[in-house]
Amino acid sequence: MRVERVKLHDNGSVARVDTAGLHYRELNSILRSLVADGADRIELHGVAGQRYIGTDLDRPVQIDIFGVPGNDLGSFMDGPRVTVYGNAQDGCGNTMNHGTIIVHGLAGDITGLSARGGKIFIRDDVGYRAGVHMKEFGDKCPKLVIGGTAQDFLGEYMAGGVLVVLGLTLGKRTRHLARFIGTGMHAGVIFLRGTVEEHQLGKEVGVAQPDEGEERLLKELVTEYCGYFEVEPESILDQPFIKLFPLYLRPYGPLYAPTHRGIQGLVSRWKVN
Amino acid sequence: MTVIKSNAEAGQAQSVAPSSYRYHMPSYLKTRFRVERDDRRCIRCQGCVEQCSFGAQYFDESADRVESIDPNCVGCHRCVVFCPTSAIEIRLNPVEYRDNAHWRPEVIEDITRQAETGGVLITGMGNDKPWTCYWDKLCLNASQVTNPSIDPLREPMELRTYLGSKPDQVEIDPATGRLSTRLAPQVMVETPVLFSAMSYGAVSINVHESLARAATMLGTLFNTGEGGLHPKLYKYGRNTIAQVASGRFGVHPEYLDVARVLEIKIGQGAKPGIGGHLPGEKISAEVATTRMIPTGTDALSPAPQHDIYSIEDLSQLIYALKEATNYTKPVSVKIAAVHNSAAIASGIARAGADIIALDGIRGSTGAAPKIIRDNLGIPIEMAIASVDQRLRSEGIRNRVSLVVAGGFRNSGDVTKAIALGADAVYIGTAALIAMGCTECQACYTGRCAWGITTTDDKLTKRQNPEIAAQRIANLVEAWSHEIKEMLGAMGINAIESLRGNRLHLRGVGLSREEADILGVRLAGE
Repeated sequence: MRVERVKLHDNGSVARVDTAGLHYRELNSILRSLVADGADRIELHGVAGQRYIGTDLDRPVQIDIFGVPGNDLGSFMDGPRVTVYGNAQDGCGNTMNHGTIIVHGLAGDITGLSARGGKIFIRDDVGYRAGVHMKEFGDKCPKLVIGGTAQDFLGEYMAGGVLVVLGLTLGKRTRHLARFIGTGMHAGVIFLRGTVEEHQLGKEVGVAQPDEGEERLLKELVTEYCGYFEVEPESILDQPFIKLFPLYLRPYGPLYAPTHRGIQGLVSRWKVN
Repeated sequence: MTVIKSNAEAGQAQSVAPSSYRYHMPSYLKTRFRVERDDRRCIRCQGCVEQCSFGAQYFDESADRVESIDPNCVGCHRCVVFCPTSAIEIRLNPVEYRDNAHWRPEVIEDITRQAETGGVLITGMGNDKPWTCYWDKLCLNASQVTNPSIDPLREPMELRTYLGSKPDQVEIDPATGRLSTRLAPQVMVETPVLFSAMSYGAVSINVHESLARAATMLGTLFNTGEGGLHPKLYKYGRNTIAQVASGRFGVHPEYLDVARVLEIKIGQGAKPGIGGHLPGEKISAEVATTRMIPTGTDALSPAPQHDIYSIEDLSQLIYALKEATNYTKPVSVKIAAVHNSAAIASGIARAGADIIALDGIRGSTGAAPKIIRDNLGIPIEMAIASVDQRLRSEGIRNRVSLVVAGGFRNSGDVTKAIALGADAVYIGTAALIAMGCTECQACYTGRCAWGITTTDDKLTKRQNPEIAAQRIANLVEAWSHEIKEMLGAMGINAIESLRGNRLHLRGVGLSREEADILGVRLAGE
């Protein structure tokens, strides 16, 4: 650990790290040892493209990043709360398991790729394929809230989770421009504030109004978003959301035919006890 | 926007998308197998009715006779083995079309099936077409007179193999006599035979446990495949390769921590370049928990990994895994053997991988489109030779271990693969055959009568992990003895001395070009 880089405050519970020019391997090894030594809050200053910040940390520490973290911020992350005062690059929250990422700016492509849990809040826009293949099971349900708008393939292959797009950066426009929204989606849900044309949606996606329970969830998430970025929740919630959901749990079931004869209709005939 | 798509008023997903079939039509397909029962031998125990999970047998009470529904038979021979009086025989139903070498019965059947369903034909197991098998055209050397052979029964013989990246050079501290070079993580296996990736979901939990136990007994590794690892198997972590594939099913910090080796799956030999759809029928509650997806959906593995579009991106995921596990485990990258494998392998080595896994055109699968399985990729023999040669000529062969897969049938194939340049071999099908698999290719139905490729609770119980592990371990033990015998015959006492030693191979019936690609001389030269 490069001691000269780290300044400790409040009996070691707060650490400030000067990351200028540090390789990610060194930076992450500093983070590991700070967390092992019991730091509760770590400030990273001068961050410029270091990858994988927040990975391999197993305590819910608070990490504040000043600058622009590199790709795969919080990949496989399991608990920390990461706040970025700047933009995030590609792969933010990649296969994240638990924890929170808050970005005061933009995020790049595949934000929240294959996330399994935790929450991600992006103040402004995201790149292509945000929320691709997010999953959920039981009480683990990842939530991705995008303040602005998204590029194509938003929520592609979604297998679970909640994706919210607030459209706050659309300006006078109300329509999002992303195409292939939710293509291949087979579970999970997308809530969109603003409009889309039907041709912008994947063919596996249905459109509906959020029900009461979903309105409550939306209010909760929007309020949390507003808390981080100092926006009035009412100014967002006064406009309706649309709900995009998968039409089928098994969209590609009928695509295939068995090679063996007699397989179709077999399962119901065979008694399983 | 007020568009509400049909079937969606409730805002909830329906189970299966509607089929495009317009008519229910009679099938023109002929019956493939015929169940022949010797009524004099049959004691009406109905064991076959109980054993057949494909509904091909039933008991007619009024006639007091066991009868068969031949079209349902997949030819798995479960009933034959379990009939206490050997009363049953399964025969190919003679389909005697007019002789035609081009429009073979299989071709006619496939077209008929597609005309009746409009579907992509799906099948299981490996390529069953008569592609050239180069293992059958390579001879191994033996010592005679001028160099003594070694008797492995009485002299030391080493199959121990270390998987992981080796340094370009090592330094030894003269004061202590110890190695001062920091080595990349190495994993030692007692035999160069590993178990190929088969996911929990594609195979049953008992199969996963059998492979894990067998790997532990043998001191080798089993591969989780892309469906995660059931927590009750975490105790076998020291002998586990944890796969990270495009679906990222069951990938979480504990899964990465518990494993010995991590493997990024880019492709597999049975279906290069396409993703996987584990059908909803096989997603039981337990599989859904391990994969972390809702019960009843299909588990869709996208064709590409969406964070990997280049060698640089691959490097990013390799180091993401290394960072996530603090550089304690080797990271493997698995690709299907394809036309440009050598260049791709060079990129993988330079991207920071510790192991490259190569899977050839005969690689097996639980489910794949038949046309993909039978036509995409190249034979593993050619891929091993070209990848090994390319890495050597670039001076980076030491940076990676090469583990190869795709239809290895016996210890002869394994020994030849190592002489051609592999460090170790993955076996999948051979291990399943050891458990009872008869290659009926109905894995994708989830109804495997041998309890292998199923997630049905009742069928799963047909494999007892203790017995199955012993059968698999017996097989690999036997192969290991045979490999030692072959090494001894060649006058070699360690598998390391055979690796990439192509002078011990000679080709028979190969063209000069094929021999050049394989880097071997022809027999007699």
